[in-house]
Amino acid sequence: MGMWKEFSKGLWAELPPFRLVLGLCPTLAVTKTANNGLGMGAAVIFVLVLSNLFIASVRKIIPKKVRIVCFIVIAASLVVSVELLMQAFSYPLYQQLGIFVPLIVVNCVILGRAEAFAGKNPILLSAADGLGMGIGFTMSLTFLGAIREIFGSGMLFDKPFMWEGYEPFTFMIEAPGAFVCLGLILAAMNFQTAWQAKRKGTDPVVIRCSECAACEVGAKDE
Amino acid sequence: MDFFLMIIAAIFVNNILLIQYLGNCPFLGCSKETSTAIGMGGAVIFVTVMATTFTWLIQKFVLTPYGLEYLQTIIFIVVIAALVQFVELFLKKAMPPLYKALGIFLPLITTNCAVLGIAILCQRKEYGFIESLVYSFAAGFGFSFALVLMAGIRERLALVRMPKSLAGTSSGLVMAGLMALSFLAFKGMIS
Repeated sequence: MGMWKEFSKGLWAELPPFRLVLGLCPTLAVTKTANNGLGMGAAVIFVLVLSNLFIASVRKIIPKKVRIVCFIVIAASLVVSVELLMQAFSYPLYQQLGIFVPLIVVNCVILGRAEAFAGKNPILLSAADGLGMGIGFTMSLTFLGAIREIFGSGMLFDKPFMWEGYEPFTFMIEAPGAFVCLGLILAAMNFQTAWQAKRKGTDPVVIRCSECAACEVGAKDE
Repeated sequence: MDFFLMIIAAIFVNNILLIQYLGNCPFLGCSKETSTAIGMGGAVIFVTVMATTFTWLIQKFVLTPYGLEYLQTIIFIVVIAALVQFVELFLKKAMPPLYKALGIFLPLITTNCAVLGIAILCQRKEYGFIESLVYSFAAGFGFSFALVLMAGIRERLALVRMPKSLAGTSSGLVMAGLMALSFLAFKGMIS
């Protein structure tokens, strides 16, 4: 039961890019097409599950003061293996994602989960948490990618999607489209949360980015 | 002349934040007040130039000669983390006023993807040493420039009444989109 709870919270209640607002750079940068979003998500799932697994298994050995550095080194080794695997098996995707493959290291989702969850919880629970968060991240990226691809080029997964003679709205696949699109999705999520809370008569859940150790911005605000 | 073009290109045409989407976490987190934004921007310029210098030297004299290029990511991030710690200690001892101004931002910078991103970009574009230095300074300056502009806008935005679900990060992102749109206008300037 506990496993399922940890797994499923990443899918909706704590959806990484939209609710926790973690890992924005890849979310914005690689979602020109749904396909790229999916590929990036797969790489993140791999790194996140394994890093949670490793960190949870060594969590009692790592001294508290140097834990962030240890987390980064573990994540970096996994990212290097993802890079090599992608170069071997899906080179076109590797070239599409470009610099954002090595930058998975500094993706706050990885460090955030390591600090907030894997550093304190047993191995299997941490793996479930990583898998749930990773799948949530992939879903969000694919969703954003699909929206931008449909409106920006009239395609979905490289296949024509809109009607004949549709004029592509190039704004969506350029940089500004990414920011505006993500901003509006966040607003929609906030609106949905507030609406649901009002209906149930409970206080809305406050989203805190201070959970992420790497980014002390939120902690400072409070 | 080449360097001049490169600086203009890195600041306006390929702005690291708005066009290449690197370093968005501090962009949204540290852009509530202009003074914070200036501090963060200064720290980023400083660390970016230092990090690019060190990683370039390491790539040239250690990784490439011994065929260890595949370790680039892991070495670079460790170097940046160590460098940030070292800079923090050094500033604390040697230049307390500067430490006071930049100190609280330094730990955040380790995980700022702009720093690692610029170091890796310099390698991928195969820049020479001086080129890397100039590029990293210009890109860091572009980052700070966008950050300070954004902070100015958000200071005004805080006074405006707007729908609750749009407040905070989501309006910040929409603003960033509009800024990116204006930076996109420079696109045709340098090919």
